[in-house]
Amino acid sequence: MANTADVISLLEEMNVIIQENKDYLTQLDMPIGDSDHGINLARGFQAVSEKLPGLAEKDVGTVLKTVGMTLVSTVGGASGPLYGTAFMKAAVAVNGKQEVGLDDFLAMLSAAVAGVKLRGKSTTGEQTMLDAMVPALEAMEEAKGAPTGAVLAAGLAAAQAGVERTKDMVATKGRASYLGERSLGHQDPGATSFTLLLSVIAKHWA
Amino acid sequence: MVGVVIVSHSEKVAEGARELALQMAGQVPVAAAGGLPDGGIGTDFQRILEAVESVSSPDGVVILFDVGSALMTAEMVVEAVDGVKVRLADGPVVEGAIVAAVSASIGMDLEGILAAVRQVAEGHKL
Repeated sequence: MANTADVISLLEEMNVIIQENKDYLTQLDMPIGDSDHGINLARGFQAVSEKLPGLAEKDVGTVLKTVGMTLVSTVGGASGPLYGTAFMKAAVAVNGKQEVGLDDFLAMLSAAVAGVKLRGKSTTGEQTMLDAMVPALEAMEEAKGAPTGAVLAAGLAAAQAGVERTKDMVATKGRASYLGERSLGHQDPGATSFTLLLSVIAKHWA
Repeated sequence: MVGVVIVSHSEKVAEGARELALQMAGQVPVAAAGGLPDGGIGTDFQRILEAVESVSSPDGVVILFDVGSALMTAEMVVEAVDGVKVRLADGPVVEGAIVAAVSASIGMDLEGILAAVRQVAEGHKL
């Protein structure tokens, strides 16, 4: 189980990993996008990190809702509305809860996936973050019943495999869609950043 | 009168489209919401929200938007605004802004303006 303090500590770790990978994510975005994924997410998670100390007394849903709204207001690129929607939808799934377990997390991720699909009018196979999110969710649903650590590890492995598969896809969504076949061979930055965030959960929550 | 908001990744594009629209219809409330607060390229939720509020009236607000995330950010603003009819217009930013402003200036309602902008998108220049 994870209480508000645990969730806040996970979000702080997410900020750390995004700041560490800021240049890497931006490099991935250069050939296919507008070269700002790392910069945008780093700005957004930095703003999130500044809000976290004020959320210690709140329920998990309120924490996640605040994260989502902060990302929407600060990120600037497509990842703002997409990650913002993901966190806000996840928040609704655990509204009012002081503590969340693995089942809650899967409900959060499922709500986040649905939100991202709707917001981006997208689905898997279009070289987006969904190509990591959906396989991760499916793998964890399948592994349910195993210890939490093993379930999260299965999700992370599936997300990583999903990121690899984005190299064989042609983008039809976002700025990369203007490039057509030129997007082939490139790893999707959004799928990559989602996998980094999931890796934090897999590493620190068990 | 319906208000017009121009959303672009570039502050200059939004300002420029606003300038063109106002040249044709100076009395229409037109707000530009381009770029990020730090001057960078992108679309900013807060900036768009404030632009919508600055031109809102009971007649409603129409939003023109450019590439990529502009649509998603604008959609989130539409969902966040209470009590004002705000609609996204399906057409090119520059031509759409002019058509929307001119249509608003002759008292056209929100639905009429949306249809007029859509017509621009469906037409051809050549």
